[in-house]
Amino acid sequence: MTGGVGVTPVRSEVRAAVRSSAPGPRVSLWAGVIAVTASQFARVRVSRGPLLFVATLQSLGLLVLMRGVVHRDDVGTTSAAVAGSTLLVVAFVALNLLAQRFGALRASSALDYYGALPVSPAAVVLGTAVSYAGFAIPGAFLTAVVGLVLYGLPLSAVWMVLPAAVAAALALSGVGAWIGLAFPRPELATVAGQLAMTAFLFLGIIAPSHFPAVVRAVRDLVPGMLAVDALARSFRPDPDWAGITARLVASAAYGALALVAAGRAFRRAIDR
Amino acid sequence: MRHDLRLSGRRRDAHQYAGNVTSGLVYHVRGLEKSYRGADRPANAGIDLDVPMGEVFGLLGPNGAGKTTLVRQLVGLARPDAGLVSLLGHDLVVDPAIAARLVSYLSQDEVALAELPVRRAIETTARLRGSRRSQAARLAGDLIDELGLAEVSAEPLVRLSGGQRRLACIASALAADRSVLILDEPTAGLDPVARRGVWAALRRRRDERGATIVLVTHNVVEAEAVLDRVAVLDGGRIIACDTPGRLKTAVDDSVRVELVWRADPPLHDPTVGVLARTAAVDGARWSLRLDRGQVRDVLERLTRGPIVDAIEDFSVSTPSLEDVYLALGGCHDDLERA
Repeated sequence: MTGGVGVTPVRSEVRAAVRSSAPGPRVSLWAGVIAVTASQFARVRVSRGPLLFVATLQSLGLLVLMRGVVHRDDVGTTSAAVAGSTLLVVAFVALNLLAQRFGALRASSALDYYGALPVSPAAVVLGTAVSYAGFAIPGAFLTAVVGLVLYGLPLSAVWMVLPAAVAAALALSGVGAWIGLAFPRPELATVAGQLAMTAFLFLGIIAPSHFPAVVRAVRDLVPGMLAVDALARSFRPDPDWAGITARLVASAAYGALALVAAGRAFRRAIDR
Repeated sequence: MRHDLRLSGRRRDAHQYAGNVTSGLVYHVRGLEKSYRGADRPANAGIDLDVPMGEVFGLLGPNGAGKTTLVRQLVGLARPDAGLVSLLGHDLVVDPAIAARLVSYLSQDEVALAELPVRRAIETTARLRGSRRSQAARLAGDLIDELGLAEVSAEPLVRLSGGQRRLACIASALAADRSVLILDEPTAGLDPVARRGVWAALRRRRDERGATIVLVTHNVVEAEAVLDRVAVLDGGRIIACDTPGRLKTAVDDSVRVELVWRADPPLHDPTVGVLARTAAVDGARWSLRLDRGQVRDVLERLTRGPIVDAIEDFSVSTPSLEDVYLALGGCHDDLERA
């Protein structure tokens, strides 16, 4: 049966429709990121406080726990413990919560809302990631300050928390979003996000020199590890700034690739 | 055309647009097929459809008829397995992303907006359609007034009643003027007053701005009240497509009789026994389609003698689109009549 045209619209209506039926504008990546970020901040305004509290408390607890087993004079170990615990706040939010969020959006067909708007999947993923990671940054600073004092490390490099958290957030949230979008069921995405955060926890707060060679070789592939190493190096008395910068750039590049993968997973999830 | 390949993106858009709006069609769909893995039959099986500019076009059918699958392809969200979908001359199989710049789409449930306050949800949607911040704020204010959402404009959607939440989602769908609106069961869960408000808002966009509206519904009252033309879907196919009035002429010689029994129907009565064979039964309610010639005789038999005491209520009405659907061989009975 053909749904052929059975009614001739009024000529003036057609003229009006013709006038207004040119394509609307494309929304640029940054305009999309800003709009999504703003809406996500409005969305999580209520739940932000408790989540940030839990994420920060977990890292502070780890710092206190490790203080009992780590020798303060071993700068390599103490700086790794502080850097890993600091960025664990970001990992909790960006990996765990973002995987849950995108898994839930996918499961409820809510991605259709964004898919039917002239905004790129990358902007949706990045905007959501920025908002989630953004409210973790105060907790990361608090954890760093407490850790540096607790382990007797200099406070002069505490500003490095910001670039390290941003570089880590890119990598961690890219992977977190990819997990949420790529796994077919939200429960699997939640488990995978949790496992990824556990890997970050174990590999991030212990200095690489304590691991066997085979673990050290794959450690850099875990999202956020390059940023942890960069932050740990900056906490030492003789920071290697070239090495630190290279690691931050590499972490950001890792994040960019993860975001591209998440964007592709977004499109595949919509065309189900 | 070879020349087209050398045009920049913007010029190509303009060129394509200018060349195709003259056809007067918003959608031109041919041979559309879509199947899901693991399903025992295709969701869409050879759909052909034309929607002219300025029309309020409806897709009517029961759950599982393939309506949502069809509109997801019309808005570029799903790719067809086979067939052509042309939107104002743009081939959506080749360039599905263009649909987002031409169409406002309301899906069945906007979970993505659930935790946003109403005003923010509308503003965000407008901004993600390319409106500037001030424009988006003005649009949100206008839509809140138009749909009567002022009292709940600061409340997150998740805290609203089902009807208010649906209205807020409709407001978001209407944010930023688009010439094509595709709304998937927009009035599901709305009370009659709010439903009429939505119908009026849609008519305004058609009458004053020339918008083309594609409305998915399984409510026959809505279909008859607002649609210029309706395609009736069943089992992934269009089984009829015409104006509601012309479709109903196909069943003009029949009348719908609704019977509500006080207790168990007296099936021992010969008339009741015959009616039982063709009645659609919903608890104590029987729904029958009878020839006009039969009605007087049947009602006389039912209202005469002891049978009348067993009847709680009865009504006689002219045929609706539901009767058309059933007469055409539709085999589901979950169309809404409210």
